[in-house]
Amino acid sequence: MTTTRFQELIAKNGAAHLRGRKITNGIMLTITGLLTLMALIPLFWIVGYVIYRGGSTINLDFFTQSARPLGMAGGGVLFSIEGTAVITILACLFAIPPGVLAAFYVARNPNTPLGVALRFGTDVLAGVPSIVMGLFIYALIVAPTKHYSAWAGGLALAILMLPTIIRTTEEMLKLVPHTLREGSLGLGAPEWKTSLSVMFPAALNGIVTGFLLAIARSVGETAPLLFTALGNEQYDLGTIIRGGVQVHQSVFTIIGRIINQPVDSLPLTLWKYAQQPYPERIDQSWGVALVLMIFVLLIEIVARLWVESRKRALQG
Amino acid sequence: METKIAVTKTTTSSVESTTKMGMKNLSVFYGKFRAVAEINLTVQSNKITAIIGPSGCGKSTLLRSFNRMNDLTTSARMDGEILLDGENINAPGVDVVDVRRRVGMVFQRPNPFPKSIYDNVAFGPRLYGIRTRSDLNEIVEKSLRQSALWDEVKDKLHQSGLSLSGGQQQRLCIARALAVEPEVILMDEPASALDPISTLRIEELMHDLVKDYTIIIVTHNMQQAARVSDYTAMMMIDDQRAGRMIEFNETNVIFTNPKDKRTEDYVTGRFG
Repeated sequence: MTTTRFQELIAKNGAAHLRGRKITNGIMLTITGLLTLMALIPLFWIVGYVIYRGGSTINLDFFTQSARPLGMAGGGVLFSIEGTAVITILACLFAIPPGVLAAFYVARNPNTPLGVALRFGTDVLAGVPSIVMGLFIYALIVAPTKHYSAWAGGLALAILMLPTIIRTTEEMLKLVPHTLREGSLGLGAPEWKTSLSVMFPAALNGIVTGFLLAIARSVGETAPLLFTALGNEQYDLGTIIRGGVQVHQSVFTIIGRIINQPVDSLPLTLWKYAQQPYPERIDQSWGVALVLMIFVLLIEIVARLWVESRKRALQG
Repeated sequence: METKIAVTKTTTSSVESTTKMGMKNLSVFYGKFRAVAEINLTVQSNKITAIIGPSGCGKSTLLRSFNRMNDLTTSARMDGEILLDGENINAPGVDVVDVRRRVGMVFQRPNPFPKSIYDNVAFGPRLYGIRTRSDLNEIVEKSLRQSALWDEVKDKLHQSGLSLSGGQQQRLCIARALAVEPEVILMDEPASALDPISTLRIEELMHDLVKDYTIIIVTHNMQQAARVSDYTAMMMIDDQRAGRMIEFNETNVIFTNPKDKRTEDYVTGRFG
């Protein structure tokens, strides 16, 4: 068997070359590994520090009691947990129905004037600073009604959520194979029925993930709430509902009272407490930060579990 | 070398056959481009008509004209007449929904909806206002029996349609189409995404179904056309890249004694 020129070259230089390659590989691996560690430092530092500072403040009272006046020990942030819940639910109610319907329209009619305008509009809206949403709602709602309210805050957050909801829903609808749509239309189903009972369920996983991403983002927003929801340390759902039931108010009146007054939210409380010169308030603001982080984490976990379980149900 | 495909097909049904559908001078345009030009053909009831031809010759476009699925492509436009029981369904004022109920469709890739097996089959009947549980149960069972899937799924009707194998999914899609009792079933390469055994089952199924339905099938597989169909339409692209029907006849004539040289070259494998 004769050796080729290629084999000769390999025999001559191969060992040295291989050694060189291994050294280079080792160096590159070390550099990328170190830089990965550096990128992880802020993440773990923030999470770790918030747990360290906030962990000691958190106990059962923190979740079940409202704020106590300065100087009194204990107390919690129930008012702002409730406020966050109320504002977030309102924001979802305001943002999800129009967002999803708009996404259906864009997905089906991307090149009509309205479709182009909507896509351009959502792109611009996604880049607008969140404080501008707050200012806008202040001018539009708060100033004319002459008071801050939970629903004004919800509306500000809803505008913030809209671009995420529209874009993710649209992308998810586009991922549904077009044969599925044709299958439905081929049976004689009208377009709206096809959208509602074939396209929507097929894209639901992604759509809901989009909702949760939008919610997770808006839950942590402070700026849009500064001049809309304002803050309200006296807010307590239990008191409002009990009081309303005692004097036989209708459900609508009670809901009206819940959403028509200023409320606090976790990030708003965090921001206010952190500015105060009292150590117990500073400690509580760390506690609030931890609660906020846990909430966002819970939303993410719920989203993943839900998507997984639906995947399993669909694929059998 | 000339290899002729053996035509083992015997006449499918003893039911008296009449003209079920037809095309008169039908052309389909995508924008300004004419994809299919001047088609004239008739489709006999209770027979299987195959449309064959090389890729891109407009077979699928022609098939999708039979129930006006081309309407769904925004740029598409159809000229000429499409006849269903002698009535032109390519006319203004014709209810497309009704046309699509009477002329059902099965697609190349199985496309069950992300719903349970039961809900897939019941989807069509529900569209037409059938809500009673017992009626729906009856339709679902009948359709699944017709598509030879009942025995395999009767114990898991409420599992997802996507949990079935590819061949089963395609039979589920056939059951879904049958559930609205169409008169004609269009099949766009219904077995091209399936393995040989599943393909055979679909072909046997077509053989059974043609007793009650009229079937039009597009296929790339000439053996399949020869095996299952009674009539064959041969299509080819002309100089303007428009698909034209160059020959239409009984399947055994097309495969054993074609009039057109191009048909002969194609069915004997000497084309392209």
